[in-house]
Amino acid sequence: MVWWWAIIVILGTVFGVLAVAALSTMLERRLLGFFQDRPGPNRVGPFGLLQVAADAIKMLFKQDWIPPFADKPVFFIAPIIGFLAVLISFAMIPITPSWSVAGHLNVGLLWVFGMMGLHVYSVVLGGWSSNNKFALLGAMRATAQMISYEVFMGLSLLGVVMTAGSFALSDIVEAQKHVWFVIPQCLGAVVFFIAGIAETHRLPFDLPEGENELGAGYHTEYSSMKFGMFFLAEYAGMALIASLVTALYLGGWSGPILPPVVWFVVKAFLLLCFFILLRTALPRPRYDQLMAFGWKVLLPLSLLNTLVTGAVLLLRAGA
Amino acid sequence: MSEVLERSRLGAMGATVAALPPHMVLTEEATRDEVPTFWVSRGQIREVLKAVKRAGRLRMLFDLTAVDERQREHKAAGLPYGGYTVVYHLTSFDGPLDDLRLKVPVPADDATVPTITDLWPNANWLEREAWDLMGVVFEGHPALRRIMLPPTWEGHPLRKDHYARATERPPFTLTDEDMMREQEALKFDPEAWGMKRHSDNSDFMFLNVGPNHPSVHGVFRLMLQLEGEFIVDAVPDIGYHHRGAEKMAERQTWHSFIPYTDRVDYVGGVMNNFPYVMGVEKLAGITVPDRAKMIRIMLAEFFRLSSHMVFYGTMIQDLGQLSPVFFIFTDREHVFEIIEKICGFRMHPAFFRIGGVAMDLPKGWEGEVKAFLDYLPKRLDEYDKLVMQNPIFKARTKGVGVYSTEEAVEWGVTGPGLRATGHEWDYRKIAPYSGYDQIPFEVPVAHNGDCYDRALVHVEEMRQSLRIIRYCLENMPEGPYKAEHPLAMPPPKPRTMHDIETLIHHFVGVSWGPVMPPGEARSCIEATKGLNSYYLTSDGGTMSYRTRIRTPSFIHLQQIPLLARGATLADLIAIVGSVDFVMADVDR
Repeated sequence: MVWWWAIIVILGTVFGVLAVAALSTMLERRLLGFFQDRPGPNRVGPFGLLQVAADAIKMLFKQDWIPPFADKPVFFIAPIIGFLAVLISFAMIPITPSWSVAGHLNVGLLWVFGMMGLHVYSVVLGGWSSNNKFALLGAMRATAQMISYEVFMGLSLLGVVMTAGSFALSDIVEAQKHVWFVIPQCLGAVVFFIAGIAETHRLPFDLPEGENELGAGYHTEYSSMKFGMFFLAEYAGMALIASLVTALYLGGWSGPILPPVVWFVVKAFLLLCFFILLRTALPRPRYDQLMAFGWKVLLPLSLLNTLVTGAVLLLRAGA
Repeated sequence: MSEVLERSRLGAMGATVAALPPHMVLTEEATRDEVPTFWVSRGQIREVLKAVKRAGRLRMLFDLTAVDERQREHKAAGLPYGGYTVVYHLTSFDGPLDDLRLKVPVPADDATVPTITDLWPNANWLEREAWDLMGVVFEGHPALRRIMLPPTWEGHPLRKDHYARATERPPFTLTDEDMMREQEALKFDPEAWGMKRHSDNSDFMFLNVGPNHPSVHGVFRLMLQLEGEFIVDAVPDIGYHHRGAEKMAERQTWHSFIPYTDRVDYVGGVMNNFPYVMGVEKLAGITVPDRAKMIRIMLAEFFRLSSHMVFYGTMIQDLGQLSPVFFIFTDREHVFEIIEKICGFRMHPAFFRIGGVAMDLPKGWEGEVKAFLDYLPKRLDEYDKLVMQNPIFKARTKGVGVYSTEEAVEWGVTGPGLRATGHEWDYRKIAPYSGYDQIPFEVPVAHNGDCYDRALVHVEEMRQSLRIIRYCLENMPEGPYKAEHPLAMPPPKPRTMHDIETLIHHFVGVSWGPVMPPGEARSCIEATKGLNSYYLTSDGGTMSYRTRIRTPSFIHLQQIPLLARGATLADLIAIVGSVDFVMADVDR
């Protein structure tokens, strides 16, 4: 890669992700409105699109309050960790064959998982340093939920990695030339998507925030742009999971006629909409039910998926 | 033969009291509302109550209140009045309607009675309220402290010598020191409620939920003792919505208090007018015309629908499902459109009048109502699929917050919360008022007494309300919408121009309001959330001498700690959501 092209790709990805995160808040609010028989925000600018700008301005200029009882350095650093972890993960996503920061990296998937592991710290530290009981309860739930669901997430992917024979995301996309992995790996795809919802703590798995129980959960005490970073990290996380599912199971950029970037964006966009549809449709399970579902249903399913994939691959290699 | 008649008038509980040895009961009182009423000395009241409770099953302490008798002029002859009267109202939930009222006179300078919290657990809050507002001391009460008023309050506002309006006082000021003192007083002290700070192997976390919290439906505060996410114990704190509705009733004419009742259960609208106007009608001896009766039923059922819709939507939202509340509130908007077209007002129409309703139904009301009756059932079926059959909703609510019929009666639970335990008891069937006996409808029951069943009963009741409204639509009688009674309406305006006598009566009736004959009357209805009763005392004035408002929400809320113990924080939200209450209805 030429150095100037690399810089363009890096900057383009960073700002692209930020723009997508900001716009998906808008998408979510308009879609929620659509699903719920109401207009949603439609007053600022054409179709209410400038609402995003208005929200950003509000977020930046609000009083940035650090509670006197908080652990200040940790309180400060927690949202940054979360935001960066999600942003850096995007480096591995191959959007098109030519547009990707490090899609060819041979530890691509492991890198993404490492960053997701880091993301847990942002929630835990944020909740802990706030020195607020609701935040603490939220952080406690988040820790258990995210660590558990990372396990199933990783296991569910083993099938894909075994079939493609690589951890690099662009290799995995290439390996789907003939058939998308969502067909042979359908079990893994479902487990991965569910775990992805839990990982981004979106409804129905938004227990760390669970506003009806915990007010705002782990970010109760956060305001202004620090809250904004948690907020953007959540939406960027949604986009990340959508992009990962696209790359890992839906053939990434591949598709007929239209240029690759359009195919990638369309697939990821539809997945984002599905995220939002889930949020409108489902209630929130209880904390212990969520954990039981993970360990008693998802774990055996992902193990079964790995086992069957391995067996099929071995049989094929033998034949 | 006469004795048999006498016994049937008394009911089983009254018969028990009548059969007690003569030294235990002071005398019997004849009342306008025909509730068997006995006077008992405070030395004997515990024994009498114990005897009544033991003589049968499902006997509820329906209400407990106090009346300041010191300024009462029209006291019935031969009754042993003291400075205050403590009134116990019992209702049997076993078989036909069976009420009993026991009155205990206490001297003004020594206003004490023994507590009965060991007989009925729900006496706890009722006694605290009577002490807080009337200053009657209940000896032996485990925690006799302020419940409606702030802990720093001085005086007992329902006493007749307590001021009723801020203008009777010097201007109110709040200094910084006072504010800090008030705030300190609200701090939660676990030891004061007998809670430990540590168990053998862990420290408890004390979590203050509310008065500002998304899931407590208003200004309700719950102090939780948590071990992890499990609730060890809970202490509810109420009174943030207290407006002194009972005191206001003593300063408003019989008519002008009607709009205040609307705001007691603010999602219940005219449902609150219902027991009040029926109570006044009993006092005045007014017969309501049939058309007015049916209009009342129809509007009350519309408000039952509207109130149940709020319950349904918010309960689901508390469990994290975001959409149904929007769909259901859209439907509620249709209810309000109809109510507005009939009453001219949406949430608090104050449409009922003593002796009837404010106006006749508008032209073309049938079409609006019919369109709505055709519209809603389909939507309800849709919500069944969306909510009631949703596996996550079931997982969150089934087996959570369970209580039995016996427990419900012990704790004073009525309405859908009682019917969800499998006990078919609806005041509209047991003691049909206002013509409910002519209307065919069923009483939905469920059998497990958990959060899911409470929701289920509410949903089925909405279908039954639609059925009642349809019957009203098809069978609305013709005739006047208001009773021709001098206490119900002033003389017709055109006639006042012809003779001075009519003019005077019109002037007095309009400017002062009607004078109700002295006496007492209680009237009870199956309101949206349970039994709502108004116990009115008239001293022959243009205003009530004492108005006791017994609301279901106040009684139901007391039970929350019992259901919460051992549950998780998330279960608590389901429980709070499923116990249908409105804070204004709790605090009055």
